[in-house]
Amino acid sequence: MIAQNHSYWRVWASVYKKDVRLAFRQRSDIINPLLFFLIVITLFPLGIGPEPNLLARMAPGIIWVAALLATMLGLDKLFRDDYLDGTLEQLMLSPFPLSLSVSAKVAAHWTVTGLPMVILAPLFALLMNLQSQALSAMMLTLLIGTPLLSLIGAIGAGLTVGLQKGGVLLSLLVLPLYIPVLIFATSAIDTASMSLAYGGQLAILGAFLAVAIVLAPIAVSSALKVSIN
Amino acid sequence: MWKWLHPYAKAERAYQLCNTLLPYFAVVAVLGILVGWVWGLAFAPADYQQKDSYRIIFIHVPSAIWSMGAYSSMAIAALVALVWQIRNAQLAVIAIAPVGAAMTVIALLTGAAWGKPMWGAWWVWDARLTSELILLFLYLGVMSLYHAFEDKRAGGKAASILALVGVVNLPIIHFSVEWWNTLHQGATITKFDTSAIDPSMFWPLMINILGFAGFLGAVTLIRLKTEILKSEQHRPWVKALAGGK
Amino acid sequence: MLHVDAVTCIKQERCLFEDLSFNLKSGEIMQLEGPNGAGKTSLLRILAGFAEPMQGQVKFNQQCIGRNYDEYAENVLFIGHKTGVNTALNALENCQFWLNTHGLESGLDLYEVLADLGLVGLEDVPVRQLSAGQQRRVALARLWLNRAPLWLLDEPFTAVDKKGVQLLQQRFAEHLATGGAILLTSHQDLTTHFDKLIKLQLEYRI
Repeated sequence: MIAQNHSYWRVWASVYKKDVRLAFRQRSDIINPLLFFLIVITLFPLGIGPEPNLLARMAPGIIWVAALLATMLGLDKLFRDDYLDGTLEQLMLSPFPLSLSVSAKVAAHWTVTGLPMVILAPLFALLMNLQSQALSAMMLTLLIGTPLLSLIGAIGAGLTVGLQKGGVLLSLLVLPLYIPVLIFATSAIDTASMSLAYGGQLAILGAFLAVAIVLAPIAVSSALKVSIN
Repeated sequence: MWKWLHPYAKAERAYQLCNTLLPYFAVVAVLGILVGWVWGLAFAPADYQQKDSYRIIFIHVPSAIWSMGAYSSMAIAALVALVWQIRNAQLAVIAIAPVGAAMTVIALLTGAAWGKPMWGAWWVWDARLTSELILLFLYLGVMSLYHAFEDKRAGGKAASILALVGVVNLPIIHFSVEWWNTLHQGATITKFDTSAIDPSMFWPLMINILGFAGFLGAVTLIRLKTEILKSEQHRPWVKALAGGK
Repeated sequence: MLHVDAVTCIKQERCLFEDLSFNLKSGEIMQLEGPNGAGKTSLLRILAGFAEPMQGQVKFNQQCIGRNYDEYAENVLFIGHKTGVNTALNALENCQFWLNTHGLESGLDLYEVLADLGLVGLEDVPVRQLSAGQQRRVALARLWLNRAPLWLLDEPFTAVDKKGVQLLQQRFAEHLATGGAILLTSHQDLTTHFDKLIKLQLEYRI
């Protein structure tokens, strides 16, 4: 009566759907990081002055640093609930590799934090007075870069999920690893605002993403195994 | 009661190995640093351009080299710890981390001190200094992750995983920082031309590098010995050791 | 089926048990007994492969469980203190999620399984609004939804009422009759009589 259905895709999809569904039931999980992103960006003109050229010059850096910080907000919760209620144990004791569920959870995290940022990017560009030719570069770097942030961040989240006060430690572990993404993404936007070709930077970001998609779930699942122990 | 301890002679053997190796490293450290500093600081000729202020390279360069050397050896230990599940290798990761971090701090401080006469500022966002600063962050991450765990076994494993993730990222970070630096060309002055270095400066530098390696090895071994004793404190051989003294 | 060979577990510098060996054959049910802190849960976690013993081996069908863990996982059902039930989802979603992630497909009507467990009309309510016993029952629904021959159950009767305990024991008997094996911890004695009941006593050691 209980039959087997050994489909990787079915496992991936059900973990992904569950996390996205939970996020939509608790909408603050989606909205709060976005508001945070918006508020951080609002603070900068107040701090450095509203001079349009200055803002345009600093926009790539500010938007990307804000994106890094906003991604960090949801990371702490990425595995916490599943760790506390025992779902991680059940996922580990299933005939499928843990990295499969991990990649689904990371994808869900990106869908609810990274993707909204990409979609709202034009608005932020407007606020920061970014040149129009740099807008597509910004959206592209966010599109390639934010999944990277989720993947790398998941490693830190997996390592700290069993700890009482993992939150601050998580940022300490993860933020240094974000530096290459920050450098190449902002440089792509800079280059684009000078109307030059920025394909090289995008290609490098894409290469990082490809490597991270392969390696990060493995690192995360071994980190989770240590945490469950 | 203590029957479960017997097969753990491995830790004891590792401890003895540390004891055997320690004197060699200690001798290399003391001789190398002593000879290197006296030669480098007192006898080597002054630089025609930087005068005496260049002499800080005899501390800065070895510590910078070994801050990275320590990270790679930590990562190798982490790999061994994770692949073959060897507890002593985990302890080695924990033993190396603070020593490497100290090397990084020395490199940063001497770099800043050198920067003041050269660039007129304590800190410039030079590619090497920036990478070194990020390296310090990575060390601090490994150390604080380990200390956050109550179960030190799990902590050792977690720190090992992080060290490995770090070593995969380190070349990428280094490369991207270099690239970032050439992009935003500021007040970068190449600190010294390796090709142009005079033998009278080269040899004391080499001796210093060797001495620092000995120092790194010796301090790591002492720390590793302590870590082994701490983790094995209830085993008979440790009790015998403590009782015998 | 399950073969435990000289397993030793040390936690926080305290030796919970050492050189523990036993066998569990198909059709057998084993009850772990012992005071709090004796290491019952630690033993179950080692058997489930979450923790590694300091020493010794756990073998399932003559194979070390660590060697091919995913295959072992297919043969084991584990329900621990942390039940793996998401309290923001409802009972149906929880059961379906568990089936999906374990590569199983139920020919049974999930509504019927939940109804048998006394959860009629509560299928669509988020689990967090149910009582502790009802939440437990949602997790225990897996006993009807799996194909694993080996069950590792940590205090399955916690918060479950008498009728529920009776129901679970009926299910245990069915499982044993089809060649399964059960290892459970429980502070209360089983009320049903099992022919092949083995009791394993763990002592609290200092």
